Amino acid sequence: MAQVSGIADDQSSRTKTLRIARFNPEKDTEKQFMEFSVPVEKWTTVLETILDVKKHYDHSVAVRYSCRQATCGSCGMIINGKPRLACFTKVSELDSDVVTVEPMNNFPIIRDLAVKFERLFDTHHKIKPYLVRDDTELESDEKEFSQSPEELEQYIQFANCIKCGLCNSACPTMATDSSFVGPQALAQAYRYVADSRDKGKDSRLKIIDDSHGIWRCHFAGSCSQVCPKGVDPAMGIQLLRGYMLGFRS
Amino acid sequence: MANDEHKEGIGGMINPTRYGIERVAYWMMRLSGLGLLAYFIGHIYETSNILRGRAGWDEFLELTQTTEGHLLLAAVIGMCVFHTVNGIRVMLGHGGVGVGKPARPDYPYDPASQNYRHKIGIYSAIILAAIAMMYGMAVMFGE
Repeated sequence: MAQVSGIADDQSSRTKTLRIARFNPEKDTEKQFMEFSVPVEKWTTVLETILDVKKHYDHSVAVRYSCRQATCGSCGMIINGKPRLACFTKVSELDSDVVTVEPMNNFPIIRDLAVKFERLFDTHHKIKPYLVRDDTELESDEKEFSQSPEELEQYIQFANCIKCGLCNSACPTMATDSSFVGPQALAQAYRYVADSRDKGKDSRLKIIDDSHGIWRCHFAGSCSQVCPKGVDPAMGIQLLRGYMLGFRS
Repeated sequence: MANDEHKEGIGGMINPTRYGIERVAYWMMRLSGLGLLAYFIGHIYETSNILRGRAGWDEFLELTQTTEGHLLLAAVIGMCVFHTVNGIRVMLGHGGVGVGKPARPDYPYDPASQNYRHKIGIYSAIILAAIAMMYGMAVMFGE
């Protein structure tokens, strides 16, 4: 890839080199990297260094972010080769003098580090991410749907998903199969199937019982290794497959 | 640069370096599967030589009695053992066996599905494949 000369005029004693991938799909054919020398402290996050570059060197760098506390799932990107949240990754923990940031793999690029999430949200919506029941707890003569702590434990881990897309970016099947549902949606399918209040198990299993559905997962486990919220999609998918194969009911 | 989907592609799929031993096992599983498929096709060709009569059969079989032939067969033994043992591990995992139980995750969020049982399974597959290869080579080269 072509290399663009960067700005490196910060003479602070604690500086790192930040390499930012630049790509505009409307006019570029290849990613280019711009290098910046950025000041860092022990607690500085990768997102803060990118925002530092935007503020002081080049405001045109495109990056999506919001909460800065690993809650909104907006700032997923490839940091030194692995998908991570920029706000949740400290520069000091990367143990490298050079920090390279690129847009997440397996997502269309809007510009630079910002990618399109339409397909992630479409597949998420496809598996019916809500309780399916004939009755409702909203009517005045109904009580809330009770649930024991043990029943809650069955799915609460998977309810932590922030839809950041890191799992889909790390998945080896997503790397080659454009039609694969993906670990994010499959883990969410498990989240609702395992919910004792839900009655939509059969319809959900029917949706994912497809050649590009749950059967395309080969248990590489990369999705779970990059999840910043401990969701463990690989576990959810295998447990979900247990339902499909009749090992669980 | 194909931006339509920005897929990582085959290169990303087969890169075993970033996600631990589980991704290495994933890569080796595909590699050994393709190797065994190639051997299977070669084996069909090899056995078809029986149509050339005993002399033709013996002539072709001699190819496996060379150093290169022995190394090839040793690699086949290794691929076969790894693919079998790791395949059993993956099949058990696919049924939800040994992948842990759902629980509230605590920081630093070590994934329960990547637990020691599966790691032992992967290392066992590698070690057994290596032992089988060494035994095979001892038999073949010890003639």
